[in-house]
Amino acid sequence: MSPRRYLLALGVPGLIWVVLFVTLALYSLLAIALGGIDPLLLTPVPAWNPVDWSTANVHEVAQSLQPFSGDTWIVFQRTCIYILLALAGCILIGYPVAYFTAVHAGRWRGPILALLVLPLLVSYMLRMLAWVGLLSPQGWVNAVLVPLHVVPANFGWLDGRAITVVSGLMYGWIPYFIIPVYAALARFDTRYLEASRDLGAGTGSTFLHVTLPMSRQGLLAGTVVVALPMFGDFFTNGLLSGVSSTGMVGTLINTYAESQTNQAVAAAVAVWLTVFLGILLLPYLRSSARAGREVGR
Amino acid sequence: MSSRLRHASWGKIGLVAIVVLYIVWSLAPVAIAFLFSFNAGYSRSTWQGFSMQWWTGSKSVFNLPIYTDAIRHSLLLAVLAVIITVPLGVSLSIFLSRWRGITARPASFLATVPLVVPELVLALALFFLVTKVNLPVVTLGTSGQVVGQVTFILPLVIVITIGRLSSIPTGYEEAAQDLGASPPQSFRLVLVPLLQPAILASAIVAFAVSIDDFVITQYMSSTSSTQSVPMLIYTATRGGATPALNAMATIMAVTTIVIAAVGFALYRLLARREQITDVPAPAPALAVSREGAL
Repeated sequence: MSPRRYLLALGVPGLIWVVLFVTLALYSLLAIALGGIDPLLLTPVPAWNPVDWSTANVHEVAQSLQPFSGDTWIVFQRTCIYILLALAGCILIGYPVAYFTAVHAGRWRGPILALLVLPLLVSYMLRMLAWVGLLSPQGWVNAVLVPLHVVPANFGWLDGRAITVVSGLMYGWIPYFIIPVYAALARFDTRYLEASRDLGAGTGSTFLHVTLPMSRQGLLAGTVVVALPMFGDFFTNGLLSGVSSTGMVGTLINTYAESQTNQAVAAAVAVWLTVFLGILLLPYLRSSARAGREVGR
Repeated sequence: MSSRLRHASWGKIGLVAIVVLYIVWSLAPVAIAFLFSFNAGYSRSTWQGFSMQWWTGSKSVFNLPIYTDAIRHSLLLAVLAVIITVPLGVSLSIFLSRWRGITARPASFLATVPLVVPELVLALALFFLVTKVNLPVVTLGTSGQVVGQVTFILPLVIVITIGRLSSIPTGYEEAAQDLGASPPQSFRLVLVPLLQPAILASAIVAFAVSIDDFVITQYMSSTSSTQSVPMLIYTATRGGATPALNAMATIMAVTTIVIAAVGFALYRLLARREQITDVPAPAPALAVSREGAL
């Protein structure tokens, strides 16, 4: 067997897998979104042939995406606000943590890193389960806050509060944010900081002109790593609120997908979401490709 | 000078405080959830005294099939996911990094697509694939769950392995072949040993991600016999489940942590033996691999 054919033989199973379960699966999603509805069963009928594509579902969703008034738009707007707030929290808390661990932790670096990774090994659901216990009306959070008169007795944190959902998203995803930021900062040559200081820059100006620009790629990576799953997150909402007034795009897709007759709409929303995220990701993909070239990888 | 030093050290104290508070905030709720598995009452939020009733005896996590079945199913899925994803991903990575042809670039893009779409979109896509196309073998249920998890984990394995492969010069395999080794031999005797740390890291990541996976596993499930631990936690948390639920969640978390720790110790051993410094450690690789793919 020639080396080239052997290499091909190594690649073929994986290539088939990817074509079948990534390409064909995403095509199925498109075929459902652009497909029709069975007149009797009201279940979605995929349109495999592009000739049969109908834009009915996609158009219906597009109409409810009418800015500021469409039903889907309102959910979409809420999703973006929640995610931006959760991301702001991730950056405000996560960046200093990653920065300290990468630059100043010294011999504590290993143990701290282990503690930062630990939440990734404790499953997401267990971490949410923990908060459901703490935030329940008779839970420990109220046990502390009610006597302090911060909240009234039996305050229902889990009854559809935006603050609970946003904090939950932040709590859930922040460990995934910290690790890529840490990884980017760990490559950072701390002699630049000394150089900046030697040249007369103060702590603030060193941070602004040296540390922050060099963290840019890591911050972007961390943001993308957590923002993507948040756009598809319905379980955080489901556990911490369960009320449609705090529903996000993920909640909407999941609710539609659960009822047979609405699955085509679920597919259409998913397609729109993917298009939106693709546009959002483009500058990031471009800048990380550029950064990759500059490093000369 | 001294004022600047003091200023810097105040900044450092602030940073240390943030780190400590963050770690406490991120882990204390989990510790409390674990504590509640020893609650004497039925509540998962009000402490009613200490008891072992959720760990041993008739009401315990080990005596209720709903919990033991979920644990067994989660472990089954994780083992299958590791067994399939690691060889598939490693061999595909070798192809992607060594193949000089036009297929390599689009193929590596496709393989990493699951990292740039929300998991929910992939889950829905796989659900339609399985329910609308009559595939052999793959149906909703265990087979579909394994296929879904493998598809989701494959890009992580690829990113970890390609990172390592790019630091192994192709000259090693070529030298082996010049010395008379057949391509399979040069693969088995040269490349696989050099890839050992990456293979181990991939296996740990695959196991941890599989155990943690909720969305795809949920969408590809069929009957209650295909309920995994995260699925059970999701459905039972807001209901009237007893603290045995906390016990089950703890068992799963401890299992994952122990396996990751053993894997990491092995990894350190391998890395030290081979003096490898440029392979991503398995733990950060869990999250970093997502970044690297983009």
